[in-house]
Amino acid sequence: MSSREINIVTPKQDAAIAPRFNLILGDNPSTANLRRYLSGIPKVDAVGLEQRAAALSTRSIKSTSKLKSLDKIIELIDLTTLEGADTPGKIRSLAAKAIRPDPSDPSTPHVAAVCVYGDMVPYAVDSLRYFNKMRDGNSIKIAAVATAFPSGRASLNAKIVDTTEAVAAGADEIDMVIDRGAFLSGHFDQVFDQIASIKAACRRPDSTYACLKVILETGELNTYDNVREASWLAILAGADFIKTSTGKVSPAATLPMTLLMLEAVRDWYQLTGERIGVKPAGGIRNSKEAIRYLVTVAETVGEEWLQPHLFRFGASSLLNDVLLQRQKMKTGHYSGSNYVTID
Amino acid sequence: MTFLEYAPAPESKAILKLKPEYGLFIDGKFISGHGKPFQTISPSTEDPIATISCANEQDVDVAVSAARRSYEHIWSRLNGAVRGKYLFRIARLIQERSRELAVAESWDNGKPIKESRDVDIPLVAAWFFYYAGWADKLDYAGLGADPQPFGVAAQVIPWNFPLLMLAWKIAPALAAGNTVVLKPAETTPLTALLFAEILEQADMPPGVVNIITGAGETGRLLVNHPDVNKVAFTGSTAVGREIARAVSGTHKKLTLELGGKGANIVFEDAPIDQAVEGIVNGIFFNQGHVCCAGSRLIVQESIHDDLIERLKSRLSTLRLGDPLDKNTDIGAINSPAQLERIKALSSAGEVEGATRWSADCVMPAKGFWFPPTIFTNVSTSHSVARDEIFGPVLSVLTFRTPAEAIAKANNTPYGLSAGIWTDKGSRILAVADELRAGVVWANTFNRFDPSSPFGGYKESGYGREGGRHGLLAYLKSGAPATFKRSEKQVPTSASPVKAIRRSRMTKRVV
Amino acid sequence: MSHMMIPKTYKLYINGTFVRSESGRSYQVFDKNHVFVANVAMASRKDARDAVVAARSAFSSWSGASAYNRGQVLYRIAEILEGRREQFIAEILQAEGGGRANAALQVNETIDTWVWYAGWADKYAQVAGNTNPVTGPYFNLSVTEPTGVVSVIAPKRPSLLGFASAVAPVLVSGNTVVVIASQPHPLPALSLSEVLATSDIPKGAVNILSGNPAEISPWLASHADINAIYLIGAGDLNWADLQASAAETLKRVVPPEADNDIASRSLERILAFTEIKTVWHTKSLS
Repeated sequence: MSSREINIVTPKQDAAIAPRFNLILGDNPSTANLRRYLSGIPKVDAVGLEQRAAALSTRSIKSTSKLKSLDKIIELIDLTTLEGADTPGKIRSLAAKAIRPDPSDPSTPHVAAVCVYGDMVPYAVDSLRYFNKMRDGNSIKIAAVATAFPSGRASLNAKIVDTTEAVAAGADEIDMVIDRGAFLSGHFDQVFDQIASIKAACRRPDSTYACLKVILETGELNTYDNVREASWLAILAGADFIKTSTGKVSPAATLPMTLLMLEAVRDWYQLTGERIGVKPAGGIRNSKEAIRYLVTVAETVGEEWLQPHLFRFGASSLLNDVLLQRQKMKTGHYSGSNYVTID
Repeated sequence: MTFLEYAPAPESKAILKLKPEYGLFIDGKFISGHGKPFQTISPSTEDPIATISCANEQDVDVAVSAARRSYEHIWSRLNGAVRGKYLFRIARLIQERSRELAVAESWDNGKPIKESRDVDIPLVAAWFFYYAGWADKLDYAGLGADPQPFGVAAQVIPWNFPLLMLAWKIAPALAAGNTVVLKPAETTPLTALLFAEILEQADMPPGVVNIITGAGETGRLLVNHPDVNKVAFTGSTAVGREIARAVSGTHKKLTLELGGKGANIVFEDAPIDQAVEGIVNGIFFNQGHVCCAGSRLIVQESIHDDLIERLKSRLSTLRLGDPLDKNTDIGAINSPAQLERIKALSSAGEVEGATRWSADCVMPAKGFWFPPTIFTNVSTSHSVARDEIFGPVLSVLTFRTPAEAIAKANNTPYGLSAGIWTDKGSRILAVADELRAGVVWANTFNRFDPSSPFGGYKESGYGREGGRHGLLAYLKSGAPATFKRSEKQVPTSASPVKAIRRSRMTKRVV
Repeated sequence: MSHMMIPKTYKLYINGTFVRSESGRSYQVFDKNHVFVANVAMASRKDARDAVVAARSAFSSWSGASAYNRGQVLYRIAEILEGRREQFIAEILQAEGGGRANAALQVNETIDTWVWYAGWADKYAQVAGNTNPVTGPYFNLSVTEPTGVVSVIAPKRPSLLGFASAVAPVLVSGNTVVVIASQPHPLPALSLSEVLATSDIPKGAVNILSGNPAEISPWLASHADINAIYLIGAGDLNWADLQASAAETLKRVVPPEADNDIASRSLERILAFTEIKTVWHTKSLS
């Protein structure tokens, strides 16, 4: 069975995807067509990219804006648990932390989303139902990883079912993984079709769509040129966000990779006027590092990208470090790990 | 920026313990000069920093005599390993005082602290480390056994990288066994005088390095002093030409590192975002006060508009202002004279019909400032495409074929640096071959390293600084013949064969 | 029946052809006993100008030839000299005197000098270049390249060996040259131009002017399209003025050398007319 045969939806049929693709490439997302287009995208010189990222890391921000930055980081976090040992209890505790990250300080903002496995979505919905009802429009989103996360090694049908069920259970966002094997072996059409099919599976009965984050797994794509091509491929196929990593592969998010993906969404915006989100995930463990990402976003695509619908941190331990820094800034003395909650 | 406000740098001048006045550093002591003292000021605030002595003819003579004495009696008699240890000491002391030196450099010169802190001062230390190791290995420099120093080296350096240029001059000179009289630029003498303190800390024998301050006249007296054996100058081509004229007929060994009008060639398959960074780094690094700046952007026509848009948008994120602020990307122009020159050449560019665009920067009220500026619609005959501006001004030309790019890049009397941006390896190597420039950066720009030779073709000067080749600028062959020609002697006149002395085969000819 | 001698008129060698001076001037050359030998073209500043144009246009082909090929061409010059050694011995003897043995030795040394430099063609770059261990992810390489168009004031004597000792090291790296031959003894050099004409050297790569160096050299020293001047034989000219004039366009200047050193063969003589170019390139797997 070829990948074309198992397609449930082709881009042509889906109004949510076709415009992007047609705009750029006409109506035939064949590998040859995709390859031709992607190979025309300027290549990346790794040394220069890394130097630019290093230069952005040397920015030093004011202490008044540091507090605002810490709050901003919290507002952009997808608080994540993706363990085999996850239970309804663990999800409830995660949701509680998402709502009130620092119980000692009610002024602390809530995070952007919780990110869980698909089968945990109902518990997350449950735990956040009351809070989200009170916060019309500023709710904590529920993101589900799908498509045989983290490896992506399953049939397309299984991936579609994975997605459909999560959306039906109330997931606001789907974090899918691309088929890195297909990408690395050059089957761009296969990667494209899968993303497009998952996008279609994000469609709810009321014709709205769950937000689709496409995980490139940059650590496995390995080269910057691959990541730049994969970023464009994902955008063309319908991604709302492009995301660096699952967090299960090392290296996960790095500043140069994120900078590179930001450049891709900047170029897409220049081309079409449409804003695509970026989500570095995994490996961002402290505030200092997260602030470097904020600076990189601000200087690459502008500060308007620093909103939850356009930028996220996929993280778990980052939140507590931000809270410790926040306490230090508010109280003037250093805090300790027993003064933030474990999640 | 709405909430991400960058902080003013904590780099404060409190770390500096400056004296209100500095004398000349001659024979291991600070002494007053007999010329008219002058002030060095901060170009970002116009505040005076210190009063500096000026060396007149008598002072220059005293300095050269001290260097000569020290050469004859001390430095040339030390073995290489000992000379090397002095240089290692200096390198370490520079590392230890690096923060202070960086602040002093940025204050006196106007360059952003992140450049003095991350580029200039680390390279200064690296330069001394590199040449320290050469001091006892001169036999391997490529001139055969037992190469010899020239003697007293007169060195005159510019204001754009004050301490780094000092290191480029002094480190190889001392490693090779020469003694030195160095004159820093009159607008940036501060770090050279702090370096004199470092020499004291290092217990450097008196007279090995003498630092004399003053303006052009002091420099002229120094290079023309009859007891000088070697002259090394970095600065403008006009002054370099004057020095070359002045030493003619004297057998003084001369190296010159002069101006440039570097071409940065961007092909349509270039890694575009890195090319943008490279262009920015090429011409806006150090406010464009860089002899090897990529001041001519030569871009393939097919990507001209896209590249210029990207460049403008990138330039709009550059932060111009207080050099001591860690977030500053563009500092102050070094002097009012230089600012006038940049303004005049930019106005000329407009008059000649090029299109001017400047980044929308807020200029501080005091000090000397010029915004990052791009000229498009430039043709090769425009003065902005030919004259060295030595400021943050980029001229953009276009090309259609690689041959045209090379022809335009080489179409200048200068030949110091060039850049190539393309993803195609074979083209990089072929273009690098064709460019008549001493340093070619491929998919990068403005990189420096003590092991890497630097210097120009054509009117950008001669001789190299850095690497083994930089050492050769301070050494002559001392070995007798290593090549044996045929048994019989060579007649150089009609006199009998046996009367003719065998000539040396490895004699240095320059 | 006795043969009536036909005195040969020696011409300038410019752009691969033998031409009279555009000025129409010539001068008389005498042997060691002051007996008239031949008329020789007396180059003017315009001939010098034409020679520079020829040298400049030959630069890309000669410097672009492979190092191996340049070595072969220089070796070919030695081979042709070898075949015409009797002629050169006679010319040297006639011009300089000093006995046949000396003249023969000079020819031998001249041949060996061409051979010596021929061998350097594809080696000097290896000895003088470097890879440099810079800090950071860069490939960094320093290579030698020819300086460009070089003008040479050849030594008066030894007339043939001096010429070869001055020209071969400049030529081997790919420079093109404009040489002013020995004024009193130009015939060996001019005969050598006939050797060059039948060798494989590109036209214009070597241009030979005969005449008064004091008259021509200031034009060459100040010519903006010349990159270096080799004053090896300029010891009794006002060479400080030539050097000062060369400073206008920052020409590389190698000052006169002592008589004893004129016939030296040295790598440094090659390197004096080369430039170091350093190329940086980024290195990365990703």
